[in-house]
Amino acid sequence: MELTPVLSANWGDDRPWTLDGYGGDYNAARKALAMDPDAVIQLVKDSGLRGRGGAGFPTGNKWGFIPQGDGKPHYLVVNADESEPGTCKDIPLMLANPHVLIEGVVIASYAIRANHAFIYVRGEVLHVVRRLQAAVQEAYNAGILGKDVLGTGKGYSLDVVVHAGAGAYICGEETALLDSLEGYRGQPRLRPPFPAVEGLYASPTVINNVESIASVPAIVDKGVDWFRGFGSEKSPGFTLYSLSGHVTRPGQYEAPLGVTLRELLELAGGVREGHELKFWTPGGSSTPILTAEHLDVPLDYENVGAAGSMLGTKALQIFDDTTCVVRAVLRWTEFYAHESCGKCTPCREGTYWMVQILERLEKGEGDAQDIDTLLDACDNILGRAFCALGDGATSPITSSVQYFKDEYVAHWEQRGCPFDMTAATLFASGR
Amino acid sequence: MAIPDTTRDEARQLIARYPKARSALLPMLHLVQSVEGYVTPEGIGMCADLLGLTKAEVGAVATFYTMYKRRPVGDYHVGVCTNTLCAVMGGDLIYSELQEHLGITAQNGVSDDGIVSLEHIECNAACDYAPVLMVNWEFFDNQTPQSAKQLVDDLRAGKAVRPTRGADDVVTWKEAERVLAGFYDGRADEGLAAGPATLEGLRLADSKGAGS
Repeated sequence: MELTPVLSANWGDDRPWTLDGYGGDYNAARKALAMDPDAVIQLVKDSGLRGRGGAGFPTGNKWGFIPQGDGKPHYLVVNADESEPGTCKDIPLMLANPHVLIEGVVIASYAIRANHAFIYVRGEVLHVVRRLQAAVQEAYNAGILGKDVLGTGKGYSLDVVVHAGAGAYICGEETALLDSLEGYRGQPRLRPPFPAVEGLYASPTVINNVESIASVPAIVDKGVDWFRGFGSEKSPGFTLYSLSGHVTRPGQYEAPLGVTLRELLELAGGVREGHELKFWTPGGSSTPILTAEHLDVPLDYENVGAAGSMLGTKALQIFDDTTCVVRAVLRWTEFYAHESCGKCTPCREGTYWMVQILERLEKGEGDAQDIDTLLDACDNILGRAFCALGDGATSPITSSVQYFKDEYVAHWEQRGCPFDMTAATLFASGR
Repeated sequence: MAIPDTTRDEARQLIARYPKARSALLPMLHLVQSVEGYVTPEGIGMCADLLGLTKAEVGAVATFYTMYKRRPVGDYHVGVCTNTLCAVMGGDLIYSELQEHLGITAQNGVSDDGIVSLEHIECNAACDYAPVLMVNWEFFDNQTPQSAKQLVDDLRAGKAVRPTRGADDVVTWKEAERVLAGFYDGRADEGLAAGPATLEGLRLADSKGAGS
């Protein structure tokens, strides 16, 4: 297995966030603008690029759903609201290399015939917001954005707005993001109509994750065959895997889709010295946890699904044997309860009650019936909530009961948590 | 306190950036915080007035988002990540020790001198640097209880502090809110491109490439 830095290739360069540092000429965008927009859509379809924000929907198909010749304005919205617990790839990407995102925005907007694009970035990342603002300004000054994009004489114009959010996990859900961008509370919308038909301002809209859009320039530049040379037939290409937690060298590892956690852990120096892998998430807290028995599962969309979880955002949170799974799940559940937007009853009420039950269990005051109640609550949320936040809230609970029921039992048998939380910390030794 | 006319003009500039005026509401609320420090009734009134909304409609939006504060916070607002991964890696201990050190118990509570406020926050997309805390939304990576206490002591003593991945120093809460509203402060060229964890995979790929 070889690492394949493409998105991350220039992160170590001198001031890669500037136009000069980026390389300056937006070659891929120039190439795309010389093509027919439909041919650009076809190229991205042929590449097989799938959405890197979690769902894995084919990016080119999303673009192809935009009705053409409908007389309405079209919009591109970049989902830069990276908030899924464990996920930490888009923020460093935009900090180091905002221009690759803007180049992708130019290509995607041209393909779907949008003259207005928005980068909806979460608000809690000040320096990333600055880098985006500066890069967009630089792109305007260089004639890359604005009237007659890249000076091709085709009369294609594009305006890009960097829009900072204000603290709401739910706005990563694409229709909630649209409501938020329209100046409302960020609550998800009923679908259909899908955003491709009625999105921002009820006009056709494509919403893509940062990494998806940032992958496009390289595909345009180097071609479909090159891209398909990485990964598998159904999950082609390279992607950012983010290792965090109890691992020797946490960080961003860009590799072909289908790499395994065993291979990535080898590169990252293994699980923290003196400890063993206990559980991990393949793609954020909304993807059911996996264990050491899944070390050899190829980390692509199909295989992680077949293993009972989801590839999600490829946020590999690693927890070793010092971690209390009940504490971990309680905290995630508190997160979902806090971030539930309140629109639908199963999620709003369900997450609230699941926190109460898990608190009792974590303190050692629960019993076997609590587990049944938790699973029953999960049953009543999964598939019944208005959006995927509710579904995601059930993942840590059902998967942890599946793999670690004994640990729940140990809490009430021992009338408390059997773990020492200081042993799990980064500063456990030498504190 | 009445909102200055210059702020109203800037709010109009924000509105002009969008195809539909109401899209400027979130940036305008950040702008309100950059002047008032938090979302004041006067700030809500300005937004309602300029967008043709009721104050209730603006208030409904402002109260939905955690970055909008209903009471003043400190000049330096500290957010400690206590989502699962950071919590396990030490965020819970950092948060509780900071609470005790600062004498702050409530979420968004402010120190006696008004300089530092404290919030436990959700995942801030820096998990490879866990445990993480933010000061006015700048990253402070790989923290310990000691480093966090030193950090707030320095802030309270008026010493400049340097984010791990951010500008050369931390701007005030109000200054940060102005950038988030959409008024760039010219500081993008400060600081690193990437921290060590961000470059881990690239470093490894380069060393392997050099060897082959």
